[in-house]
This record gives sequence, C-alpha cells and structure tokens, in this order.
Amino acid sequence: MNLLEVKHLKKHYDTHKAVDDVSFDIQQGSIFGLLGPNGAGKTTLLRMITGIFYPDEGQIFFNGQKFDPENDVQYIGYMPEERGLYKKMKVGEQTLYLAQLKGLSRKDAVQKIKYWFDKFDINSWYNKRVDELSKGMQQKVQFISTVLHQPRLLILDEPFSGLDPINSNLIKQEIFNLSQQGTTIIFSTHRMEQVEEICDHIMLINKGHKILDGSVKQIQQDFKQGLFKVGLGTMPNPAQMATYHFNIVQTHDKAFTVKMNEDSSTNDILLHFIRQDIPVTYFEEILPSINEVFITQVQQTENSNAPVAALPLA
Amino acid sequence: MEKIWLIIKREFFTRVRKKSFLITTLLVPLAFAAMIIVPILLSTSSSEHKLIAVVDKSGLFENKFPDSKGVYFKYVQNQPVDSLKLHYSELGYEGVLYIPDFDINRPSGFEFYSSGQASITIENSINKDINSIIEKKRMELQGIEPSKMDEIRSDVEVTFKNGKDEKKGSSWVSYGVGYASGFIIYFVLLLFGTSVMRGVMEEKVSRIAEVMISSVKPFQLMMGKIVGIAAVGLLQFFIWGIFITAIYSLIPLFFSPESMQAAAAQGNPAQTAEMVHRMREVIGSINWGLLVPCFVLYFLGGYLFYSALYAAIGSLVNEDASDVQQLTIPVTVPIIIGIMIMMKAVQDPGSPLAVWGSIIPFTSPMVMMARLPYGVPGTVPYWQLGLSFACLIGGFLGTTWLAGRIYRTGILMYGKKITLKEAMKWVVRKP
Repeated sequence: MNLLEVKHLKKHYDTHKAVDDVSFDIQQGSIFGLLGPNGAGKTTLLRMITGIFYPDEGQIFFNGQKFDPENDVQYIGYMPEERGLYKKMKVGEQTLYLAQLKGLSRKDAVQKIKYWFDKFDINSWYNKRVDELSKGMQQKVQFISTVLHQPRLLILDEPFSGLDPINSNLIKQEIFNLSQQGTTIIFSTHRMEQVEEICDHIMLINKGHKILDGSVKQIQQDFKQGLFKVGLGTMPNPAQMATYHFNIVQTHDKAFTVKMNEDSSTNDILLHFIRQDIPVTYFEEILPSINEVFITQVQQTENSNAPVAALPLA
Repeated sequence: MEKIWLIIKREFFTRVRKKSFLITTLLVPLAFAAMIIVPILLSTSSSEHKLIAVVDKSGLFENKFPDSKGVYFKYVQNQPVDSLKLHYSELGYEGVLYIPDFDINRPSGFEFYSSGQASITIENSINKDINSIIEKKRMELQGIEPSKMDEIRSDVEVTFKNGKDEKKGSSWVSYGVGYASGFIIYFVLLLFGTSVMRGVMEEKVSRIAEVMISSVKPFQLMMGKIVGIAAVGLLQFFIWGIFITAIYSLIPLFFSPESMQAAAAQGNPAQTAEMVHRMREVIGSINWGLLVPCFVLYFLGGYLFYSALYAAIGSLVNEDASDVQQLTIPVTVPIIIGIMIMMKAVQDPGSPLAVWGSIIPFTSPMVMMARLPYGVPGTVPYWQLGLSFACLIGGFLGTTWLAGRIYRTGILMYGKKITLKEAMKWVVRKP
C-alpha cells in the first residue's frame, strides 16, 4: 500500500521552475531516498509534502486521501536541512513544546520524552539549556523531537550532517528500527554511500525534473556495464588474452577488470581462462555504485538541459 | 487554536521568567518612587543644624534673618572677620556671612565664606533675605508702610472650566497627561515592536523556523509571538499601575504634610508647591474612566499595527545584523513622525494636523492620546474618536495581512540578502 502518492507536482518561482511535473509513490514502511545535487528542488518538494508550500499544480495523496496540511501534519515528522532549536530554552521544555505542537497531550509527551531520553541515555540533559550542548548533542535532541509523536511519515533532510560516526550509527540504527515498526521514511541527501546502505527505493531529481526512480538493486542492474573482476593464480602473457568475448579494462595484481561483449556470456569469459589453463581464483560482477549513476545522470541532464529517459546505458 | 495558545504561552513565559523582565518591572516603580521620595529625604536630612556666622557691620540685619530649613544664623559682634574666616569651622559654623557698613542706595560688598561651594539653596535664600530686608528698609525710608505694599500686591488666578458641567480643568494637567501618555505609547511601540522583531530574527537565525512551521502555520507562529509579547506588556503595565498607585497613596503615611511642603519648597518654591497642588488636582480633574481604557486600546491597536510590520522585517533579516538598521527605517520613520505630531498636538489639540494625525493609524495611537486629556467630546468629538478606532482596527488588519504574507516567505529564505522591493512581490504570490 502506498502511504504517499505524488502526482504531477509543479512549483514555480517567478521564472524559475523549482519542481516541474514530478510524480512518485512511496510504499508504506519503506525507506525512500530522494537524491539530487544542490538546487535540484529537493527542499521545495519536501516543503510541499510537509504542507509548508502549496503546489502550483498537481496533487498529493496521503494515506489514500487528498493531503490536508492542517490535519495531516500531525502524522508527519520533518527534520529540515536548515534546522535548529530555541537556544535559550531548556532541552526538556523544548521537546515537550514541539511535541505538544504536533498534537500530543502533555501527559503523552512527557511519557514519550522519558522513553527516548532513556533510550539515548540523555536524562541528565533535561534541564540544560540548548546552547550548553554540543552540536552533536543538539542533533540528537532534534532527532528525538522529530520522531516523538510517532509520525507515520518521517522526512529527514541530510540527517547525518554534523554528526560523528558513533552518533551517525546510533541515528541510523534508529531509522532502521522505526522502519521496521512500520514508519515510512523519506531520506533526502547527496551523500550516496548512505543511500545504498539505507534506502530500499530511490528517486533522483535534477533541475526540478525526475531523472530516475526505482529500487537500489534495480537501478544497479539497469545501469550495469557488463564489468567483471577475475582473480587469477598466475598472470597470463598478452598473447593468451586475445578474445572477442571481453576487453581488459584494468589490470590489477593477479586480477583483471574486464568488460564483457554484449552477445557473450559470463561462462564465455570463464571458459577462455580455463581453456588456457590459467587458474581462476575468483569471479565477480562489478555493479555501478549509486554515486556513479548519480554523476553520469546529472552530467547528462546538465549537458542536454532536458530530462533523459531512464534507460540503461549500453 | 490550541497551537496558537501554546505559542502564546511559550512567548509569554520565556519572557516573564527572564531576569530582565523582573528588573525592568521592579525598577520603573522604584524610579518613580525615588522621584518623589528622594527630594523629601534630602530636605529632611538637611534639617541637621547648619549654623552660619553673621558679621554685620551695618547693624541693619540684627536678628532679621529667618531661621528655616535647618539653616540657623548667629550674629557675631565682637570677633574680627579675618580670624573668623580662618577658624569658623572649628567654632562649629558652616560658613561666614559678612555684611559691610553699606550705603542703602548702593548696596555692595556682601560676602559669604565657606569651605566648599555654598549650596544653591543657601545662596538663594540668603540673597532673597538680604534683598527683602533692604527693600523693607527702603520702603521705610520712603515712607511706605509694608502692610500697604502687601495690600497692593495682586495674586489672581483664572479658573478654566470646560464642558457643559463646567468641570474645573487645567490645560497644564491636560498637557502633562497628554504628553506623558503619548510618549509612553511611542516608547512602547518601539520597545515591544523591536522585541517582536528580535524574536522573529532569533527563530530565523537559530533555524527553528522551518521546524516550527512544519507543525503550525506561519501566521499562527507570527500572531502567537505578537500576542504573547502584548500579554507581557499588559502584565507589566498592570504591575506598574498597582505599584504606582500604592506608592502614591502610601507616601502621605510616611511623610508628614510639613515635610512634603518642605520638599516642595526645596526646589523652586513657588513652582514646586504649585506642582504638588496640581498633582492632587490631576487625580480629580482627569476623566480616568475614559483615559485608561483608551490608553489600553491605543496601546494594543498601535502595537498590533506596528509589531506585525516589525515581524515582517525580522523575517527578512539574515545573519548580517547590519541589515536590520536599513530594513527598519520604513517602520521607524512613521513612529518618529507620530511623536513629532504628538508634541505639536499636545500644545494645540484642535489643529488640523492634530486632528488628522489622530485619525491616520500610523500616528493615531500617539497623537490621540495627546488630545484625549483635553476632553471628550469637548476637544475630541465622538466621531473623531470613533473614526480613529475604526481606522486603527482596519489598519492593523491590513498590516497583519501584509506582514503575514511577507513573513511566511521571508522566514524560510536563508543566505540571500532580501530587499524590500522583493519582499513586496511575495505579498501577491502564492506560498
């Protein structure tokens, strides 16, 4: 079931098209990666989904109903990229205030705060002022105040910026936990290594257009270039390498990266080495990283200034 | 509605719990109390004996100086002035007054010696006493009897009455009350308007704004802040009102009427005595039942009118605080024009400038408060008061609408420097 359906969303500023005809669906309980370079329209898109901006055209459906910002914001937790807290307020009061603004009763909020503060072991911060905390500590408080009201849709814009590896891991773990409990998560970033690790599904946008959309695995399959790495017991002499099944792309210590020809198969490559009596120690397919896909796709749209169809590269 | 209530509560309590709130709230009544009490205390403390030696060569002044206000005169006949000048403080004198044997038609050569500069009070009273003694002597020589002179002196005061019921009024009182309330409104608009602006800037600079408006509407956030700060202001006025009334009614319990009179006589005697007298008259002659509610309404109306604009300005400012100065000019200038018209209006409350100034909402809170003490419907007809209120309500609805539209976009704009021209475009744009 789709928690969120976005249909032909458009938003213009003066002459600039921030979001231009973007459609996508997000499945309940999935982790959805929203990728794009700076200025691609990610923030504008997220602001429309959180009810901060109204779309010029298009519709948003939340939980099968037409999105009603007034009412539905209580089911959404949004941690914007430009985020902060009231510096002079005490940590406890602040989280309580933000939770109440999301519609929690005072009693409920106090209970939930206790749960999360225990979990992160930060009860001693309750009466500290926010500006007494380090940046990383503030980020933790920010995260807690975003998830406190148990949102059905959690939107995190660059959630790991400013966090050290230990705290990054802690938050990452919480993201997985929430996802397992059924929370749908939109994760917006331009840090690709995190995307591959965390997201089930990604969408890439640039200049307001959707460039591609699919599961991480599917995209890697779609964009793979027939590259394989072959480990060898002894390195063959160049004369032994003449074949039409593959070309050598790179030579390593006791290994080659090869590019398979289109009408060949992996067995053709293996047979080539076996026939020559060269021992094969390992054989693996090299899939493109999301980072590579991202860069090539963005560069292509930059060059053509128009959206390209999400076709696998030959 | 529940959310805006939460915002109002936060804005109110974070401010009220600050130390600075406690300090200003207590300090103002204290300053007011000090203004009344200090002169009284000074006059009572100066009643410790100040003895002045008088060396009178003319013989005219023997026992003629009145001992008053703690200053006593002692006539010293058989000591040379020069040695007295050297030893007066050892002998327990505050100073030495030397009166030569002078010509009654050309008096000169009077001298006063003391270790430090003689106080203005002593100087004034000695000069006055010497002159009146000489005047009396001259009258005697001319054959005029002092009692005749008293009969000739005139001391008429016209009683100004206004309205149908011939209520006794005084332009001095109206002037004072009008000026004070106009000035307080001016002060409040600037003070609380800036406070709203700083609050908005804080939200923008600390980057909480976007977090907040993912839960509440920008307009709710803005109005919550404006109303919360207004509540702080009203609470402060309320506390001041209680304090000031309490102090004013308690003063007579602590000080005898004589010491009040003494305090009055300490400064410029005639004027201060007059002031004390007038102060009592103020309580009776001003229509407080009309003035106090009007003050609260004009405070709220003017505050809502301007604070929304200040909020909009706050939303345009980025980290660079120097932008503030430039951006606030269009809001601050009308307030300053208002105070200038107010100063004219308080002198001539019926002039066209005053009338229009008290109707146009940019200046009406200040100017109308200056005119009201002159009397309703005498000086300010009901239609003017009504029109002024209507314009002010319309005005603040207009400014909050305008400001809300600028605010909702401005609060999310980071990094870029925003001009007012750009901001005006947002007014017509969809969010």
